[in-house]
Amino acid sequence: MIIFNIAMRELRSMFLSPLAWSILGVVQFILGYMFLTQIDTFMMVQPRLAGMEGAPGITDIIVAPLLGNAAIVLLLIVPLITMRLVSDERRSQTLSLLMSAPVSMTEIVIGKYLGVLGFLFIILIMIALMPLSLLIGGELDFGKFLSCLLGLALLLGGFAAVGLFMSTLTAQPTVAAVSTFGVLLLLWIIDWAAASGNGGTATVISYISMLRHYEPLLKGVFNSTDIAYYLLFITTFLVFSIRRLDSERLQH
Amino acid sequence: MSNNILIKAEKLSRFYGDNCAVDDINFELKRGDVLGFLGPNGAGKTTTMRMLSGNLAPSSGQIFINGIDIVENPKQAKAELGYLPEQPPLYKELTVNEYLNYCAQINRIKRNEIKKAVDNAKDRCGLVEMENRLINNLSKGFQQRVGIAQAIIHSPAIIILDEPTVGLDPIQIREIRNLIKELGQEHGVILSTHILPEVQATCNRVQIINKGKLVFNDEVANLSRQVKSSSLVIGLHQPPDLSEIEKLPGITSIERLEETRLRCYYGDNASPAELLAEKAAQNNWKLYELTPDLVSLEKIFVDLTCKEPPVK
Repeated sequence: MIIFNIAMRELRSMFLSPLAWSILGVVQFILGYMFLTQIDTFMMVQPRLAGMEGAPGITDIIVAPLLGNAAIVLLLIVPLITMRLVSDERRSQTLSLLMSAPVSMTEIVIGKYLGVLGFLFIILIMIALMPLSLLIGGELDFGKFLSCLLGLALLLGGFAAVGLFMSTLTAQPTVAAVSTFGVLLLLWIIDWAAASGNGGTATVISYISMLRHYEPLLKGVFNSTDIAYYLLFITTFLVFSIRRLDSERLQH
Repeated sequence: MSNNILIKAEKLSRFYGDNCAVDDINFELKRGDVLGFLGPNGAGKTTTMRMLSGNLAPSSGQIFINGIDIVENPKQAKAELGYLPEQPPLYKELTVNEYLNYCAQINRIKRNEIKKAVDNAKDRCGLVEMENRLINNLSKGFQQRVGIAQAIIHSPAIIILDEPTVGLDPIQIREIRNLIKELGQEHGVILSTHILPEVQATCNRVQIINKGKLVFNDEVANLSRQVKSSSLVIGLHQPPDLSEIEKLPGITSIERLEETRLRCYYGDNASPAELLAEKAAQNNWKLYELTPDLVSLEKIFVDLTCKEPPVK
């Protein structure tokens, strides 16, 4: 109940500032443009596809690349959403309201996390509307489509967890944003090292990469290890955040 | 209930790195007390308040809120606490109503009692006319009131106010002081300030903290006993020779302030005011002023906080 109240306040405050609206607008505009170029590509290759056996459909040619690009765009955007979560409250000294209320750190962290997830969910729906509009003149492979959406949702959940943790570390929102961006980008490209390396280390490093676990879902391959990866990833960073906030209050 | 001790702090210390902000403080707060927490800037007032409210871990020592250890059982302990930090913790993008509703929710007030609690808090802090205004657009004084409303919304047993009258105009200060006195009747209040008259006006107990140490802890009513010598200021249009007044019984020394005004020091409990007036009338000294120098908290404060050894 309290978790829900905290989440709602977080979401509300986001929409009371122009930041949320401008993010929604910009993301939609960029992805809309990408969506249209994908449609163009599809129109060009369509005559050739007609003759092929087992040719990729519009879900493969339009939806998967669109959501793949959305992940990159949101990698840039999510740090801006999560940066304020705790650090802004620290800076404007409103954090003590929550800290002196009968609320546990777990409730504060989960409440704030759900607030961000609420916002990201709105973005996700806005993105999903674009492929759905294709139903007017065509058909979608709903299995693949949902698998793509699930992948993006889990990925965003991971982004938000990292962002929340980074935000608990500092009183400067911009520092939180930059470090979140750094961590996310590193986790994204870390498998580049694996390409040149060999042996056990390379496998482990490439396994950490967030991209590695996103790509199968985009192809419609639902593998429970990928899901588990994201859930563990999110839990880890949430626990880190709780520990971080608790450390201010506990003796050590 | 026999347990009337609301806050008990035992051997409380806090270090920032090597710098000791609060050093081994012990004190108690009883129900019905308004405790003034005095100290010069940087004495450790805010640090103590933050520890009491569960915002900051003490480096050592324990705090019991209503008998509950705040580090062990933060949730139960914090339910008994209302805290107004130095900077009121306001979400400025919300309206007064929205903000107080949220505060009521996170303080676990039951859903059907929220409206009553919010109305009550607004009423007590004089916020009814501002209820639909954005907090950002309120003046500093009203923001401060919203901060106080937030601290009392769940009628906690203990209210901790960190410099509640900073930045207010004199009328608002008086209103806030009255509010604090009123709150002190049902709750225990801790008030930190560096304004001395504020303590005399609102508190029944006073603690002075200096460089992290508690240097004074007593009831405001007992302050007079702390001051050893007392004095009177007298004004005479035709003053006699100083020695003539000095000879009067009870007067220990005398000091000339201006041409016609004198300060007389006297021993314990024996104010020579009556005698002076009598003598002045008899000898036609033309008395026009006779004021007791008030036993001042300021004197104690200065005595206790400026004990640096004199430069030789």
